[in-house]
Amino acid sequence: MSSSETLSVEEQLAAGQSDDGIVRAADGTPLKARLAKALRREKLRSFLMISPLLLFIVFSFLLPIGDMLFRSVENQIVQNTLPTVVEELERWDPASGELPDEETFAALAKDLKVAVEERIHTRLGSRLNYEESGFSGLFRTTGRAVKKMESGPYKAQFIEADKDWGELRTWVILDSFKAPYTSGYFLSAVDAENTAEGVQMKPENERIYLQLFMRTLWMSLAITFMCLLLGYPVAYLLAQLPARTSNLLMILVLLPFWTSLLVRTSAWKVLLQGQGVINDILVWIGIVDDASRLVLINNQLGTIIAMTHILLPFMILPLYSVMKTISPSYVRAAKSMGANDWTAFWKVYFPQSVPGIGAGAILVFILAIGYYITPALVGGTSGIFISNRIAFHISTSLNWGLAAALGAILLVLVLLLFYIYDKIVGIDNVKLG
Amino acid sequence: MKHKSLLLAAAASTALFSSTAIAQENLAEAPCEGCAEEMTLVSWGGAYQQSQLKAYVEPYVAATGVKVSFDESSAEATAKLRAMNEAGNVTWDVVDVVASDAIRLCDEGLAAELDPATDLAEAPDGTSAEDDFGNLRVNECFIPQIVYSTTIGYRTDMVGDNPPTEICDIFDTEAYPGKRALQKRPIDNLEWATYCNGTPKEEIYEVLSTDEGVQAAFDKLSTIKDDVVWWTAGAETPQLLADGEVVMGSTFNGRLFSAIVEQDQPIGMMWDMQSFDLDGWIIPAGLEESRMKRAKHFLKFATDTQRLADQAKYISYGPARKSSAPLVGKHEELGIDMAPHMPTDPANAGNVHNYDYTWWADNRDDLDAKFQAWLAQ
Amino acid sequence: MLREWRRMSNTRGASVVFDGVQKSYDGENLVVKNLNLDIAQGEFLTMLGPSGSGKTTCLMMLAGFEPATHGEIYLNGNPINNVPPHKRGIGMVFQNYALFPHMSVAENLAFPLKVRGMGKSESEDRIKRALEMVELGEFGSRRPAQLSGGQQQRVAVARALVFDPELVLMDEPLGALDKQLREQMQYEIKHIHDNLGVTVVYVTHDQTEALTMSDRVAVFNDGIIQQLSPPDVLYESPDNSFVAQFIGENNKLAGSVVEINKDICTVKLDDGTLVKADPVNVHNVGDRTSVSLRPERIEVAPDNSPNNLVDGKIEEMIYLGDHIRVRMNVAGNNEFIVKVRNRRDKRPISAGDVVKVGWDAADAKALDEAV
Repeated sequence: MSSSETLSVEEQLAAGQSDDGIVRAADGTPLKARLAKALRREKLRSFLMISPLLLFIVFSFLLPIGDMLFRSVENQIVQNTLPTVVEELERWDPASGELPDEETFAALAKDLKVAVEERIHTRLGSRLNYEESGFSGLFRTTGRAVKKMESGPYKAQFIEADKDWGELRTWVILDSFKAPYTSGYFLSAVDAENTAEGVQMKPENERIYLQLFMRTLWMSLAITFMCLLLGYPVAYLLAQLPARTSNLLMILVLLPFWTSLLVRTSAWKVLLQGQGVINDILVWIGIVDDASRLVLINNQLGTIIAMTHILLPFMILPLYSVMKTISPSYVRAAKSMGANDWTAFWKVYFPQSVPGIGAGAILVFILAIGYYITPALVGGTSGIFISNRIAFHISTSLNWGLAAALGAILLVLVLLLFYIYDKIVGIDNVKLG
Repeated sequence: MKHKSLLLAAAASTALFSSTAIAQENLAEAPCEGCAEEMTLVSWGGAYQQSQLKAYVEPYVAATGVKVSFDESSAEATAKLRAMNEAGNVTWDVVDVVASDAIRLCDEGLAAELDPATDLAEAPDGTSAEDDFGNLRVNECFIPQIVYSTTIGYRTDMVGDNPPTEICDIFDTEAYPGKRALQKRPIDNLEWATYCNGTPKEEIYEVLSTDEGVQAAFDKLSTIKDDVVWWTAGAETPQLLADGEVVMGSTFNGRLFSAIVEQDQPIGMMWDMQSFDLDGWIIPAGLEESRMKRAKHFLKFATDTQRLADQAKYISYGPARKSSAPLVGKHEELGIDMAPHMPTDPANAGNVHNYDYTWWADNRDDLDAKFQAWLAQ
Repeated sequence: MLREWRRMSNTRGASVVFDGVQKSYDGENLVVKNLNLDIAQGEFLTMLGPSGSGKTTCLMMLAGFEPATHGEIYLNGNPINNVPPHKRGIGMVFQNYALFPHMSVAENLAFPLKVRGMGKSESEDRIKRALEMVELGEFGSRRPAQLSGGQQQRVAVARALVFDPELVLMDEPLGALDKQLREQMQYEIKHIHDNLGVTVVYVTHDQTEALTMSDRVAVFNDGIIQQLSPPDVLYESPDNSFVAQFIGENNKLAGSVVEINKDICTVKLDDGTLVKADPVNVHNVGDRTSVSLRPERIEVAPDNSPNNLVDGKIEEMIYLGDHIRVRMNVAGNNEFIVKVRNRRDKRPISAGDVVKVGWDAADAKALDEAV
């Protein structure tokens, strides 16, 4: 600045550049700073314009996901409810094969008395019951008994109150879940558990989640494929027709959106069940014997049929809007060069509709993977999805930690598939129109 | 679970005059002081909620002028209460839940503990509320309202001259070929299977506490696994029966009552080993003083002997108070005696399965996982 | 390069005949009314007309994308109404080129060869030569979107020619280009046609394009060919006032025929002025007519005495370098344009002057009354 002070404003204006080599604006401030200032105002304004949306996304999207991820590992309840016991257990070696000492039991008495006063001991019982049956009752009965425990030795009194306190297993569980964060929910979510011998798969008759994840994935893929198979010709037809007709037909495509999900699903029941319309017609025509009616519902087939119907518009709409942009002259050009109808379609039209397929498939797949109402109603035992278990743990068993872990795994799976899709097809090859 | 029965949807309000008058007398004796003037009740919707409305909500509103709104969220009550509790903003005042949910809510510290001596009304003969409800009060938070049962209905035209008479007939696919509808949960099904394995009723839970016992129960269920349609909503079994999709199936007795008596379907009822369950009220924990007072004041009135008996006029579920049983009268609309349709009626309650709530509270997570794994096999 | 291409290809132009062709889309209105047209082998024929005149429909019928409602089209003497487009062997250049966006330039060119089952080495050879023909030898691996408009246009031409069609159709292929590029491409297309000898049917609404490139021009209006002539004839001797008006600049003077001979007629203009004109399509005394005069055929204050000489008042003058464009009021028409050559020795004129203007009767065409 100092050197430029010697120049008059007019001189600077005329030169546009001062003798120190810095390009300056008309008022003498360096042009770069001037530009940055002008842009800053612009940036601030655009930031203010998007800030409501940003806040909305943070509160409605990022925070819940963050909360879910946190819940899937959070386990502070043991430390908060039994702080002294947790301290005492530091000295205890679960591999010793012996129960903790009297001091630990005394700590248990002390902590439990406080917990009972605050009525939080049963909450801990419910939490630990997710890991091992019986903890719920153990803490309930012990909660009543501990009020009467005046003085030590406590060990015998606790075993008297509930013999489970004399079981090594009880203390091993307590010990392995004393940390404020746990991998227990995630282990459960993949049918594994923490045992004294380390992480192991659960017994065969308790494994369900891995199988459900696999089933959810392949059935969602099957539904996506069915939607594509049925939706492509419809979208193609709509794109070829004049606007008036295609708008009318588009209403038919959107019609399912205007009826309740439950009504639609129930309608499928009426159609598909053993004594349902489709079976009745097949029997009446004579294709199917009355005694061997087709099983079309309460299995995977039922889920695939009903969900394909429900999700079909999500495939047709992006396909249609992409096909609308494909000029008919491409196919004409191909034909003029000697391609027959099929070659013209397959080599020229279809590749250009791929972005619509990508968008539709991603939409349908992501919606399908999270569905649970329809699978619950028409899926029977073999057609239910992982989301049904998530819903169960959210609303019935209240095991939100496990639900969060299952949700987190589902999220990771979807992101993984997204990544694979990006590698194979390319994410820029997705277009909504 | 949803308590609904179509025929009871609209009840004549004229019949309310007598009980309303009594209600006003009772309430005049004990006006609510320092109580909130608004209250949110959570219930199941449908005919069941209607019976509550007619039997005691309307009389209570008439007597006190309190503004009552209903939230039909009982099916998701546990999850929603927990979410509200975590957010620190519980908007519900009185919540209608089944007993097992009440246990969970109480264990989670989400329901307030109630003192039967002060918070509940005595029976007219002076019997304490504690004795009048007896062991139906499954814990300190729960005030039982009605006894319902999960029982078996069957197609009369599909079983010929040999209708099923005992619970083990559901496992007899030779005598009763065809599909059967069972609830998609381990509760009831495991007990019935164990019982039909030859275990005496009193030892069912003892046997189910062992791995071998659970395995044996699943083995028994496996014999009919291919013949079972699993239901999740109470309306499904009556519909499946009406469509002829199943030959028999379990559901709530009120659902069967409405299918048989009102819709005149060819359905029969088999009460053997009916599984008693309870539905009742809890008050969410941590309500502010005035709202808590209002909730208790309402519940004291709504669960007294006369009110519970009144409710049975609108729906075929038994009142949870012993003292209410003799007061159960005729159906408000059909004019038939309601007593023979109550699960608690001696003719129906000959062989009853008493569902052990505390045992299930301990074992449900574990057995549910096993049940799901078994289903998926 | 073109010469070599011609040597390699056994291309020879195809002949096309439209015989009484009609086309209707809705069953009520005819878009093309009774079209009869012979296109000779190797001819460059342009269908020129305003939009909606039926020219593109004719092209689409020839390509096979629209069926003729009535009549027959012959290609090399064979009827092709029932031949599907992909078997007609006609190359086509579309308005927006229709280059396949998901294929590279070379793949675009390979497409017609591949569907014909041509071997890889031969097809690569042809693609290379075709690209060199349009001077895009280096661009084979690019995507169409990476090319400029002019380059895309050349690729489209190369693609239409790479499989040696005998007939190439071009549907307003230069419409999307800027003026300078358009003029350059006109020349290049004409050049390619001259060298390859293929028959070209070219559709445009731009008269300059039509005049520059064509052997013959078919002027379409209202589903009918108004005139089919070589460009110079079209300009010099329009058959009717639509053609006169559509091609080039034109002054109209409305009036009635008062005297008619074989080569000359006298027209009484609406303000009473009598002028002599060439009777093109007036036949009787009393016929209403529009006398058409090209601006460059009129002289201001002529040195000799032409057989038409009238007064004109100069309204406006625009200096255009090589000539001055003068708008005057002549015989009540104040849109009367005269192009005055910019000569040093010319007597200066200015707006407001009243001057004599004159023209030869042979340059004044008495046509049907202008609409």
